[in-house]
Amino acid sequence: MSSVALTHDAVSHGHEDAHHEHHHHETFISKYVFSMDHKMIAKQFLVTGIIWAIIGGFFSVIFRLQLGYPESTFPWLEDILGHWAKGGKLHPEFYYALVTMHGTVLVFFVLTAGLSGTFANFLIPLQIGARDMASPLLNCLSYWFFFLASVVMISSLFVQTGPASGGWTVYPPLSALGDASLGSKIGMDLWLVGMALFIVSQLLAGLNYITTILNMRTKGMSMTRLPLTVWALFFTAVLGVLSFPVLLSGAVLLLFDRNLGTSFFLSDIIVAGKILPNEGGSAILFQHLFWFLGHPEVYIILLPAMGMASEILSVNSRKPIFGYMAMVGSMFAILILAFLVWAHHMFVTGLNPFLGSVFVLLTLLIAVPSAIKVFNWLTTLWRGNIRFTPAMLFAIGFVSLFISGGLTGIFLGNSSLDIHLHDTYFVIAHFHIVMGVASFFGMFAGVYHWYPKMFGTYLNTTLAYIHFWATIVGAYLIFWPMHYEGLAGMPRRYYDYSNWESFKMFGGLNEFISLVAMIVFAVQLLFVFNFFYSMFKGRKVTTKNPWDANTLEWTTPIHPGHGNWPGEIPEVHRWAYDYAKDGRDFIPQDVPVSDDESKHH
Amino acid sequence: MKDFFVIAIAIMIFIIIFQIAKASEYVSVLKGEEKSAKQNNRINGFMLIAFLVFGLIGAWYCNSLYYGKTLFVQGSASVEGQEIDTMLYVTIAITGTIFVITQVLLFWFAFKYQHKDNKKAFYFPHNTKLELIWTTIPAIVLTVLVVFGLKHWFLITGDAPKDAVVVEITGHQFGWDMRYPGKDSVLGKIDYKKYNQPSGNSLAVDFDDPASHDDIRASEMHLPVGRPVKLVIHAQDVIHDVGLSHFRMKMDAVPGIPTTMWFTPRFTTKEMQVRTGNPNFVYEISCDQMCGKGHYSMRGVIIVETPEEYAKWMAEQKPEYFTYFKDKDPDANKTEGADSAGVAKGTGAPVATAHK
Repeated sequence: MSSVALTHDAVSHGHEDAHHEHHHHETFISKYVFSMDHKMIAKQFLVTGIIWAIIGGFFSVIFRLQLGYPESTFPWLEDILGHWAKGGKLHPEFYYALVTMHGTVLVFFVLTAGLSGTFANFLIPLQIGARDMASPLLNCLSYWFFFLASVVMISSLFVQTGPASGGWTVYPPLSALGDASLGSKIGMDLWLVGMALFIVSQLLAGLNYITTILNMRTKGMSMTRLPLTVWALFFTAVLGVLSFPVLLSGAVLLLFDRNLGTSFFLSDIIVAGKILPNEGGSAILFQHLFWFLGHPEVYIILLPAMGMASEILSVNSRKPIFGYMAMVGSMFAILILAFLVWAHHMFVTGLNPFLGSVFVLLTLLIAVPSAIKVFNWLTTLWRGNIRFTPAMLFAIGFVSLFISGGLTGIFLGNSSLDIHLHDTYFVIAHFHIVMGVASFFGMFAGVYHWYPKMFGTYLNTTLAYIHFWATIVGAYLIFWPMHYEGLAGMPRRYYDYSNWESFKMFGGLNEFISLVAMIVFAVQLLFVFNFFYSMFKGRKVTTKNPWDANTLEWTTPIHPGHGNWPGEIPEVHRWAYDYAKDGRDFIPQDVPVSDDESKHH
Repeated sequence: MKDFFVIAIAIMIFIIIFQIAKASEYVSVLKGEEKSAKQNNRINGFMLIAFLVFGLIGAWYCNSLYYGKTLFVQGSASVEGQEIDTMLYVTIAITGTIFVITQVLLFWFAFKYQHKDNKKAFYFPHNTKLELIWTTIPAIVLTVLVVFGLKHWFLITGDAPKDAVVVEITGHQFGWDMRYPGKDSVLGKIDYKKYNQPSGNSLAVDFDDPASHDDIRASEMHLPVGRPVKLVIHAQDVIHDVGLSHFRMKMDAVPGIPTTMWFTPRFTTKEMQVRTGNPNFVYEISCDQMCGKGHYSMRGVIIVETPEEYAKWMAEQKPEYFTYFKDKDPDANKTEGADSAGVAKGTGAPVATAHK
């Protein structure tokens, strides 16, 4: 609940000095709690996402303590975790619960809901020139289903046997059998119910985004004039709507196997000395269902970051984004391919080798549109006139991380190399850089760039620069050396490596990584502080268009009311990237094309 | 007490940073926003290029620290894994080149084209020729990688050579058990419902199947060097994974769906101890698929030895059958093996399966 309350204060404060025309009577509840204003819903998603990010990040700090200092005890851990850390030593079962919840929270609750939930809600209507979403009610419901999912997921932390602990991918039979693991008892049911609610939220949101983008663009806003952010959010929504239902089916079948005695995923099992009656199911079937969402999910997380980075790179280079149509085309290619590569997560499951080879081909094909995007971003910077706003730095950092993490995908997508690297720290390094940190950078870039539009104040710039530099240096220090651990075959999800002749030589490195991880986590708290502090005390925005950007959101008042534009919605006459055209620094989308203007686009 | 101290210091650092940040905001208002923005621009432009330089040096330093520890210098311990190593080096060379070029361009462009008052950005919305170039080149490079990758993939996932040593490995929470097919080269059937019948039969071997009568059970895997070995992989409870990092091999163990994997060890354990300079070196089987609270301790050991040592070890083993059916033990009764050899099945590839 606190999440919602915080947003309210911030916004009410911002409103004091900005009386705008669109005043229809609103109560506290209708304005801040069950709001139907897309901007408020965006802030709800963002603040809830931030809270989740702190929780999920803190989990990683605790389990990194175990990995970095396997011999030590931390008495204060017992104070906060109780019997899960008796004597200050994290229990293995709870170590795995933390790992599982860290993944679940960060992938779904932060980088899906917090990232695309925030920016799809905030930017789609503002950038296409609409007063709100197609269905404000569905939009409101999508937040509250997410909230409900959050409550269920949080509650699993407080049950006696602990939350789910089979990894965020919840592979059965481990996740199906309470006898196999404590986390597979009630915690797993709560996980599945939480995810089901989460998926409902995603579907409501996604359908709404698609409808809004297709039907509610303002006059003159053809699809090819959309900012790349909107294209990215559009493809994200399509991905989510087509793939989340498959995960839902997997989750429901798993619930049946757990509670109703069915055998979808179970066969020939002896657990804890008991012979189970289940026969004929396939544990691998679940992996197909899971990764049919799981892989598109990677792009659900990454595409909004790509879109925002494109926009921010262009605005701050004072140059059009290079190859607009190629950018849209490559995102479309990624959208299609995202559905056709899921089995590359399953190369070592005993998959038919021929089927595996098809997935190798399709997986490595994704590198082509990705390469196009990288080179287009680089060319956007080339001969620009670049301002290093905090948002711009994060966008540049995003490109750097996307390159670093994307290239290691070429290793893992090639099945013969994957045999050695699968489920090692190489994988951890790969996906944390390309999907975790890179998307976080996209999200930070978005927050720094659109914060003035959200709250009418700026974030403190000095804190922002400290945040950027500490985070990018820290992220590379944490994840770069992990590639070496992975090359040595060091497996993921180990509680302790000190008894392994093959892996114990990395003990010192693990300690170093843990130390850096804690510092980077502390620096994120600096950002969180800046975020909330600046809502109230930040420097006020005094101009409608602080970044001299072309897109429509900057034509709204500094504090836009519900409905966004006090008068008519502006008409659009050009694409979003007329920067440096005909010697003019920028030409907003609502400026008509004059006769003497040179032709392009 | 120490914890509180650490927290107090952390909070103090926070407050100091915050005060500096607030002060610098005031300064920037006094100085004029434009001027301070320009200053920030210069500082960050410099930082970006410094980050690039120190980052590349750091990457090199990291490599010098940890490359040796990956044991890649010693080479793969299996013949097939050598192909994977070559593949890996080729991929590192290609991606490494792309990595350096793109990162240098990214940070160099950012630094070089930072804001200057008298400069105008270049209006350059698209260029079909350039875009075609960087669509085609990655496509060609990737095709090469795919072709080589798949060549190795089909070799590794293809059928094991006929003369392969067959070993069955079964994963359970939290350990590994091995079984050798014995003289008849055929593993006795497994029927999970026969678990613990007779008591102690934890692998659920169906002893009604005569092929099982000469099967040998072991807790460590012994392998002869230089001969292909085929692993038949089972799991009893949840999914496990047979991870053999030194051989560059890995395969899931899935309940109800047996899998296989094969490779040819190149060095005995003793040879590896010399090669790595580590007298404690041992080939370890790590479970590489999350399997519950003891996942991290699910360790198995492989002992690769000379064919003579292997034969000697094998000769010392007694079929598991006799531990349950002592009366059938030839040492106690008649001449050895008459019973099982008589019923031995054909010479086809031996596969044990829990499937019907």
